[in-house]
Parts: sequence; structure tokens; C-alpha cells
Amino acid sequence: MASGETEMEVEATSVRQIFRHLQERFPNIKSHMVDDIAVAIDGTVFQDAWLEKVTENSEVYLLPRIGGG
Amino acid sequence: MDNSMDVGYSADDKELKFVGKRTNRPDGVDKVTGRARFGADARLPGMLYGKILRSPHAHARIISIDTSKAEALSGVKAVVTRDDFEDRDSEFVPAGEMMVNYRDMVRNIMAREKVLYDGHAVAAVAATSVTIAKQALKLIDVQYEVLPHVIDVVEAMAPGAPLLHDDLFTDGVEPKPTKPSNVAKRLEFNMGDIASGFAEADEILEKTFDTKPVHQGYIEPHSCLASFSENGSAELWCSTQGQYLVRAHCSKLVGMEISKLRVTPSEIGGGFGGKTVVFIEPIALALSKKTYRPIKITMTRDEVFRSSGPTSGGNVRVKVGITKDGKIMACEAELKYQAGAFQGSSVQPGCMCAFAPYDVANVNVIGWDVLSNRPKVAAYRAPGAPISEYAVECVIDELAERIGMDPVDFRLKNAAKEGTQTAYGPKFGPVGFVEVLEATKALDHYKIPLGPNQGRGIGSGFWFNIGGETCVNLNVNEDGTLTLITGSPDIGGSRASMCNMAAEELGIDVGLINPIIADTSVLGFNFLSAGSRTTFACGLATIEAARNAIENMRKRVAQLWDIPLDAVVWEDGAARPASSNAGEFEPMTLPEIAKIAPKTGGPIAGHAEINAQGAGPGFGTHMVDVEVDKETGHVKVLRYTVIQDAGKAIHPSFVEGQYQGGAVQCIGWALNEEYVYGEDGRLQNSGFLDYRIPLASDLPMIDTKIVEVPNPNHPYGVRGVGETPIIPGLAAMSNAISNALGLRMSELPMSPPKVLKAIKEASV
Amino acid sequence: MAKQHVTTTVNNDEFEFLCEPKASMLDVLRDELNLTGSKEGCATGDCGACSVVMDGRLVCSCLVLGVEMEGKSIETIEGMADGEKLHPLQQQFLDHAALQCGICTPGVLVAAKALLEKNPDPTETEVRYWLAGNLCRCTGYDKIIRAVMDAAKEMRAA
Repeated sequence: MASGETEMEVEATSVRQIFRHLQERFPNIKSHMVDDIAVAIDGTVFQDAWLEKVTENSEVYLLPRIGGG
Repeated sequence: MDNSMDVGYSADDKELKFVGKRTNRPDGVDKVTGRARFGADARLPGMLYGKILRSPHAHARIISIDTSKAEALSGVKAVVTRDDFEDRDSEFVPAGEMMVNYRDMVRNIMAREKVLYDGHAVAAVAATSVTIAKQALKLIDVQYEVLPHVIDVVEAMAPGAPLLHDDLFTDGVEPKPTKPSNVAKRLEFNMGDIASGFAEADEILEKTFDTKPVHQGYIEPHSCLASFSENGSAELWCSTQGQYLVRAHCSKLVGMEISKLRVTPSEIGGGFGGKTVVFIEPIALALSKKTYRPIKITMTRDEVFRSSGPTSGGNVRVKVGITKDGKIMACEAELKYQAGAFQGSSVQPGCMCAFAPYDVANVNVIGWDVLSNRPKVAAYRAPGAPISEYAVECVIDELAERIGMDPVDFRLKNAAKEGTQTAYGPKFGPVGFVEVLEATKALDHYKIPLGPNQGRGIGSGFWFNIGGETCVNLNVNEDGTLTLITGSPDIGGSRASMCNMAAEELGIDVGLINPIIADTSVLGFNFLSAGSRTTFACGLATIEAARNAIENMRKRVAQLWDIPLDAVVWEDGAARPASSNAGEFEPMTLPEIAKIAPKTGGPIAGHAEINAQGAGPGFGTHMVDVEVDKETGHVKVLRYTVIQDAGKAIHPSFVEGQYQGGAVQCIGWALNEEYVYGEDGRLQNSGFLDYRIPLASDLPMIDTKIVEVPNPNHPYGVRGVGETPIIPGLAAMSNAISNALGLRMSELPMSPPKVLKAIKEASV
Repeated sequence: MAKQHVTTTVNNDEFEFLCEPKASMLDVLRDELNLTGSKEGCATGDCGACSVVMDGRLVCSCLVLGVEMEGKSIETIEGMADGEKLHPLQQQFLDHAALQCGICTPGVLVAAKALLEKNPDPTETEVRYWLAGNLCRCTGYDKIIRAVMDAAKEMRAA
């Protein structure tokens, strides 16, 4: 993550809101990063899932988008 | 030995009628009679033949291209060059779920300033016959300024190496480089404290491994047929793993609206990741746009090897530290992957997968994406993972040997399980690696005694699996049959799996469902048949479409019976009253409901438009016995067993087929296959005689063990199985040969000369 | 060079055509006679996807000239089934799921049929060596070999 931070708490109810918080906190985060990252919410991987809900204690990890052959 | 037809159904499967059963393949008869139409099997009236002029140089500046003589040849109808494709900005933009740099792609399909590899397209001709088109290619005069080239990944990284792009600056390093290089990107994954991890280790092993680029080796060359209309729309027939991605790329490269391009996928003669990108399709469209005649382009085998998208070769350094009792304390790796002539190797997933099978607190993985004068790589099953996991699994195996621990027990002791924190991000949900390893230990294969010069090897592998955008329509026809319309090309029997799931949901005979793969005009966007997603994601959409159709039928019946919707249930292919309280009604079967559909509101269908989430990771282990001929260096495969968690095998035969095919691709990658370049930077083995893929006579039967630890995010537990089988076999083969010889090999392929060399070096 | 007149028999049907001297039998079958069941995987005789039988002999049709078809009797995949009744090999391939993508399947079937006509009771090794000229990249050959062995058994019992 930018500026060396690897962990943070954000208030959000959806993946989209998490991304918005990230972009506010790190304005130089490239827009394609938001297109190109996936999230894992409590162990389940989501890609392109802005509307996916997160709850108060959700553990969310950002990871690179995964493709395949 | 394990019987490959023996599948361990879990108890609740007894209630399943079609899921998990070896049903007839709907497209089977057409494929055993020669009727099925593959890429090259299409024709259109007035069709012209396209041929492509390709670079004879590994690296050269294009001074000029003179096509006038070719254009003057009788029978030549059009010539296209770089001037016929508009340049694009250098930025990664989303294109149908992928990040694509169209500046690179437009240069890969047709060279602009420079040719960057032997076989790079320079011009293309459309003519009334293949013979005339070939003659015309010879009449195109291209003036080159030949430049120094670089083929090897480590050499390409060295200062002073010939530069492919003078505007490429390494991303991901601080401070930002001031000089361009062939290194496109550095990336790093970290977890825990690597130094303290190694400090706690009793045994540390650090080694470097080399793998060569290999080709997917699909038997069907790329082929397409494009037809542009004077009204600005076009049709394109081609062999692809994803018609929607072809549409996205071609509409961008040719400059047309997405709705104007209709792409129909042919039956596909193998892809393995190699048919996820476009090469000839935009060229055929450009030629057709110039002539308004249909253009057919089919690659030769030579072109497939030289000019499509093989997978990376890599140089991988791995360092692992363990305790005396076999606990992995720290893992470190540095991966250098060849991207080919443009950035974008699979080093990122290579980094992410490297240590994913193991529960380790301290991990550091660094990856480098490196350009050289080779064709731009494409995916080859589990892209990137086989290269890094091969190196890791060889080191793991050697460490287990050092502390005198059984290699399966060693892996079991460290195996990732539910809740394990991965270095690439998430904690795992339910995964089946422990179950795979336990099944491996239980195999009879593991107990067979070995003879002289024989060795047994184990290797394991992990792949993420994915979901993605998927649409399915299920039409209930007026005679009670159904048409299942999906947008996912069927590479290995997926239509049968979809029908199994739909029939299970609907409670009807699977034979009543006829599946078709739609062109891009029929359904909304569907991602590729890739990433082991088809049975999972297209399966989810199929199930959802079937449930939607059921709900629509229940609604009709509820209205007929004049009772609430929830008072009508669907069981065994019929709508029934939920209980006697709902009223006394005779069940209405699907054909009965279908027959009166016109009178109850019109046609009935089910739909699903989803972005499938929650794919279940796949783990597998391969066990192989080999015998090495110490005089010739030849390696004979004696026995091979694939053990893998499928989550749920919807059609066990095709799951076994994925395991067996992947295993044999591992054998080829491990023993024979490699791109061989001459000093001149030209590929020397661009045919199946010299690029030797495994033959029937090279192999034993490939035994399989399907483990089923369900993925909670799929109604039947599907994980996806296509990619994991290409991962474990490279290390399993290397470990087997090492055990047979009592020495450790660290490069692929382990071809006879290299095995002999290793024997010789060890005996000095 | 002028085209040459060729008369030939394919799957018991007589054909007459004008043949470019350079055209391979595979080109003729696919482009002239519209028999696209025989596939081109390499055009150099390495992959066997174009396998056909010419006067009883198994050949790669990409290595035979079209003009060599003159007076010959050719059998291709399109002639293998008898009406709606599949050849036992075809049926066994379906039952065993001995194909994935299916591009090599016509060639493998034609080659396997030629084997069983010569040798109705081949060992696994004999089947593997006979089919060594037919590349399959999807299956790892396991199910193909089983299907051929089972078809041989079925045909011996018939």
C-alpha cells in the first residue's frame, strides 16, 4: 500500500466505499489500481464487486486481480 | 493401483441424479463423426485468403515497407500494414475484465517502428488463393536496420543489454529510474519478518532454477473468418476461448462500435490459455474492411510456434528455512519471468502462488517482469504458477530429505488449511490440501517398491481459480425441451457439465436440454473460458437461470391454481401444491406448463446475468515414478497419479481428463519441451518434430484421484479444475529423477543431454 | 502449371475434380470436396490430425498430393459411421470421454480403425505405438487408449 501503510481501519458498508476511502487517503493512487485489484472479504475473493457488502468487523484484504489460462 | 474410474462420492450424492454422473456429451457425436466445425472449417461465398508477412529478424528497425509490387499482382485484393491500424495510447485500460495496453497490442498484431521478435507480423495480404497470397508476400519489400537482440531473461536484465523499448522505465522501484530498461516491473509480496524466520531455522536451503518458454501446443492452429459489410458492421468467426474478449480487442484495434461486431466462436481445438488473446483476427477484419469480402486467415504450425503467445521461461531463486522437526519458518524467492516483446508476463500470479500451499509466517517474494526478443507471452493454464511452484517444491523436497522426513508428511505438517494467512492477501476459506495429501499417502502407488535407477517424486500445487462475468439463458420450448444458451466456449466437455447442473435443478432428464454456445450478439458479456472458471461461474449462472425458469413456471401454475406463489413448490420436474393446505391439485409437469405457456403469458425462460464471486482455491499433488537410463539420459515415466481437490466433480470423466491432460503437459514441460533459439535470435524448432510434445508411446496410464472438499460458494461445491493440474508435475518429475539418480536437477527441460550432463558432473 | 484431372473414390462416392499440382490430398478433401472432418494441425506429417486410409493404407493426407488420389479409394472420418449407427470406436470414444476439444479425434479414430483391421487384439503397448503419430494435447491419451482397447474387445466379440 502507498506510504508503507499495510493495515488500516475504515468505516464502510461496501467495497466501493472502501475504495473511495483509499482514494481520499492516498490521492495519488492510480485509478487503474482500483480497476486492477480484487478484495478478499473474510476469506472469500471478490473481483469487480463494488456493491458487495462488508460488515462492521469484516476483514478485508486487497490483492491483485487474478486471471488465468 | 488406483482405478481411475473410481470416484469417491460423498453420502449426499446419492440423491443427485445428474450432478456427478458420466452423462453423454451433447457435442460428442459431431466430434467423432467429423461434423463439428472448428476454426478452419468455415467458408463464405466470395471468400479471400489472408497471409501474413513475418519478420525474419529478432530485432530490427523498419526503415520502409513497399507493397506496390504485391498490390499489382493479379489476384491480390488488399494489403495491410502498420498504417492500417491507428496507434493507441500507452495505458492499461480495462477491457472485459482484463487490463490491456492497446499501444502494445496494436504493435504486437502488426509491427510499427520495429520488429521485436522472429515471426513478428509486418504486413498482410488478401488474395483469391493461398498460392497467390504467398507469392504476394514475397513481393513486399521491407527494408530493415537490424539491431542487436537479447533472448535470455537474465541477459535482458543486465546493464547494456539491447533495449526493446526506449520508453520503458521500470515500474515499482524507488527512486524512479532515469534510464529505460527491459525490466517493466518489480513487485514484492511480504509477510512477517523474514530475517527472524531464517534465524529460527535449523536447515536453510537456497537454490536457483531455470525453466524454458514452452508452448501450449494446442493441435488446432489459430484460424478465423472475417466479413465486413458496407454498412459498417462485421461478423467474425474464430477459434477462441472468449468471443467477448475478441470483440473487445478487435473493435478497439479496428475502430468500430462493439455492437457492430458479432463474434461467433467455432468449436475450439484446444487453447490452454493460448487462445485468450488476438493475433490474426484484427488483421482479417482490416483486410475485409478494405475489400468488403470475407477473409479467412489460418496460421501454419510454424506461425503458431513463432508468432502466437507461448508462456514464459523463468529464472527463480528460492530460499527456505525449516526446523529440525520439519516446520517451515521462512520462505524467500526472487522470480525473473520473460514477458516476450511487450510487458505483462505472468510473474505476478507466479509470486502469489509460490508459497501459497504452505502455512508460513515469514515470506518475501520479489518478481521481475522482463522483456526480451521473443513473442509476447500468453497464459498457459495457471499462468506463472508452474514456474515458481516447481522451484519451491524442489527445495521443499530436498529439505524434507535432509531432515529424513517423508515428503508427504513434510507437506502435511506445513499444509495451508482454512484460516491460513497467505502472503498474497486473503486468509483461506475451506480448502482441500490436507485431504489431498492424506489421499496421496493412502494410495497403493505410494507403496509400490522401486527398482534400480528408478525414483519416485512428489510435487504439489495451488491455483486460485476465478469467477467472473457470465450470462446464461434457458429457454423452455413449447414441447417441454429446453435450450441452454451460454457464452463460454466449451474446450473440454463443459456443455455436458452445464446440462448436468440444469437437469439436476429442474428435475428432468438431462437429454431434454440442448446446449449451445452463443455468439456475442445473443447474450451479455461473458468472460473467457479460462482461469478454471467455466464449470464454477457458468455453472452458477446456469443454476441461477434454471431456478429463475422454475420460479417463472411456478408463477404460471400459482396463477392457474389461483393460490399464492409460495404455495407452489417444484419437485421432480413438476409444480406441486406445497402441502394439502394449498389445495388439491394434480402436479403440472414441465411439458404441460410449456404447452400452455402461450395461454398463460407467453414464452417461458430463465435468465442469469452475474459476476460470479467466491471461487474456491484448488490444490493438487502429483506422484510419479520414473526410470532413468544412465547411458542415454532418457527418462521413462513408469507410473503417474494425480490427486486433486475438485470441490465437486460435476462430470467426473471430464475432471479426470483435465487431471490427465495437465499431468502429461507437465511431463512434456519437464522432459522435452523448450523454445530453442539460434545465435541469430531465430526460433529453431517451430514444428512438432523438433518441439516434441508427449506421444501415446511415451506414457503410461495416468491415474487419478478426485478429492471433493466442497466450495461453500457454489450450490454443488465446484472449485474448478483446469489449471491446478499443470503445476505439481514439474517438481514431481524433477524430484523423481533426482531420487532415481541420487542428485538434484535444477533446470527444465530434463532432456537426455541435460540428464547426462548432470550425471557426469555428479560423478566428477 | 495446369490443373490436372483426377477421378477418385472417397467413402465409396466417386469424385472428379481439377487438381492444382501442388495441392495436398488434405487441401483437396477440405477445400474441394468439403470434407472438413480431416484436420490440419501441422501440414508436415507430425500430428496425424489429417489421417485417412488410402487403398487400405493409413496415411497423413497432408503428405500425399491431391493428384495421387487418381484411381484410389480413400476412407475419411466422414465415412466411418454406418448411417446413424456409430462405429464401435466412435461409440467407445464417447463412452470413455476419450476426447476433450475433439480436434485430434477424427485422425485418432481413423488411425485406430486401421490398427484394428490389421490387429484385432492389440496390446496396450501396440496401441500406444500405433497411435504415436497422432498427437493429442488434451487427454494425456489415457482414455483414448482405454477406448481403443475396449472397442477392440467389443469388435472381437461381435
